[in-house]
Amino acid sequence: MNSICISSAPQPLAAVPLVLPMPEARVRAGFPSPAEDFAVNRLDLTEILVPHPQASFLIRVAGSSMRDMGIDDGDLLVVDRALKAVHGHVVVAVVDGDFTVKQLHQRAGRMRLKAANPTFPDIIPKDGQTIEIWGVVTSGIKRFVP
Amino acid sequence: MYALVDGNNFYVSCERVFRPSLNGRPVVVLSNNDGCAISRSNEAKELGIKMAAPWFKIRHLEESAGLVGLSANFVLYGDMSDRMMTLAAGLGPTQEIYSIDESFIGLHGVRGDLVARGRKVRERILQWTGIPTCIGMAPTKTLAKLANHIAKTAERKPGSYPRELAQVFNLAALPAQDLDDLLQATDVGDVWGVGPRISEQLREGGIRTVLDLTRMDPATARRGWSVTLEKTVRELQGQPCIDLDDAPGPKQQIACTRSFGKPVHQLAPLIEAVSEFAARAGEKLRKQNCLATELLVFMHTSPYRPGPQCSRSVVVPLRRPTDDTLALAKAATDGMRFMYVAGYQFIKAGVILIDLQPASVQQRELDLGDPNEPPATRDRSRLMAAMDLINTRFGKGTVHSGGTGNPGTNRVWTMKQERRTPAYTTCLADVPVARA
Repeated sequence: MNSICISSAPQPLAAVPLVLPMPEARVRAGFPSPAEDFAVNRLDLTEILVPHPQASFLIRVAGSSMRDMGIDDGDLLVVDRALKAVHGHVVVAVVDGDFTVKQLHQRAGRMRLKAANPTFPDIIPKDGQTIEIWGVVTSGIKRFVP
Repeated sequence: MYALVDGNNFYVSCERVFRPSLNGRPVVVLSNNDGCAISRSNEAKELGIKMAAPWFKIRHLEESAGLVGLSANFVLYGDMSDRMMTLAAGLGPTQEIYSIDESFIGLHGVRGDLVARGRKVRERILQWTGIPTCIGMAPTKTLAKLANHIAKTAERKPGSYPRELAQVFNLAALPAQDLDDLLQATDVGDVWGVGPRISEQLREGGIRTVLDLTRMDPATARRGWSVTLEKTVRELQGQPCIDLDDAPGPKQQIACTRSFGKPVHQLAPLIEAVSEFAARAGEKLRKQNCLATELLVFMHTSPYRPGPQCSRSVVVPLRRPTDDTLALAKAATDGMRFMYVAGYQFIKAGVILIDLQPASVQQRELDLGDPNEPPATRDRSRLMAAMDLINTRFGKGTVHSGGTGNPGTNRVWTMKQERRTPAYTTCLADVPVARA
């Protein structure tokens, strides 16, 4: 697997927001900073991408079956287990004990997992086989600079 | 009212979230150095594997029964515990985290159907984190713990208790007669705080079931045993005696001890090990804003290995109460040099900080100016704070004192963890892979 490695240092997911608050103005000589009254928090990527931190996990993609939806080998996916998967969602599913990324199709009480690449067949549960939906993919992270 | 929320077979359940292929298979998680089973899947329990069973005794089941043994992955369990605990906190206004997989929730003021609320929280923990839990509710903590035990057993062993008590059970909602039947059917040894020794004594005195203990006179419990058992009896009778300890007081001692991956006989690696342990203990000490007055260092050989045995320890008084890693590491190193004897294969060593006091009450001493001591006024608290911050942000052991040695280079004393799964949720290089 040719995964892109951003860093090998441990990085807790969403436990601590990585944002630095706008510094409160420190005043030495009595002139109040005009920014002081407008102190706000800088946009926090974690907050935007991870609305349910306890339920969110990062997963790495291996393979090209989701290519046409812009999900490529080595991409990182944010997977949210708090969402209920519905028709059309990109999901992480458990097929024969392994994780797989596909698009969920649910029509007339039947489900199948569709690839976004014509060279890959759909996964249709056989009789008696249950396919567990592990979580819903809410975003993908693609690095252009290693 | 209290609830006890408890993760089922917690460590195994954490592993299964990221390795679904382990579902339905017998799995055990092994203690440090792959010693013995500390968490067992239901399938492993059905194979007859007992808690704390040594790995070498159950290992043959790998071949014959498909048993999977995993090294404990505490980084993963810690993160999953944190997720589970914050969701469990939604059950009520107060929470006491009792262990890595259990927390008590105070239900005071919570209105409506408690069981329905409990089921919702249980369902949410299961869906969001993948961890199955059981919830017991009752007017006291001892009864909540008992209700939890019943909810768990009813789920795992169908027929042991009525089926509707499985997973979430509110003991207070049960009619008196049904409750008596339930307590009659539960062994006295299953009560929180009644250990094997006391339950043996109780059985000799004809007290076999929880109902028997509930009907005991609290004064008798106190006279015959202890105040602790008296409290247990009162709690079983529905009278709260053990409060929700939502702000646990500072620990009276802090230990960092570990078994080595393989026996160590030379002084240098032992010094490396204890100065690292001292650094870890120092971090914990600073986290709870305390100073240590004395430090105990110990080491011993393995009683299970052939060869000469040796067990030594020494208490090193600290010149002044401190939370300074460098001072603690120096004391640990001095202690180790002092007690070290050659010719033994040591398997375990540790550092225990004792006689702790809050950092806020510091007694200064008259500095008589020992020329060999660094000046007392040299405050390294900012250095320590910086060390803690760097190690939190960039991973344990990023900066360390010189005596600790470099992680990864010839540290002969690190733990044996041959079967450990990756740090799925805390290390970017280790995140799970999904096929696409």
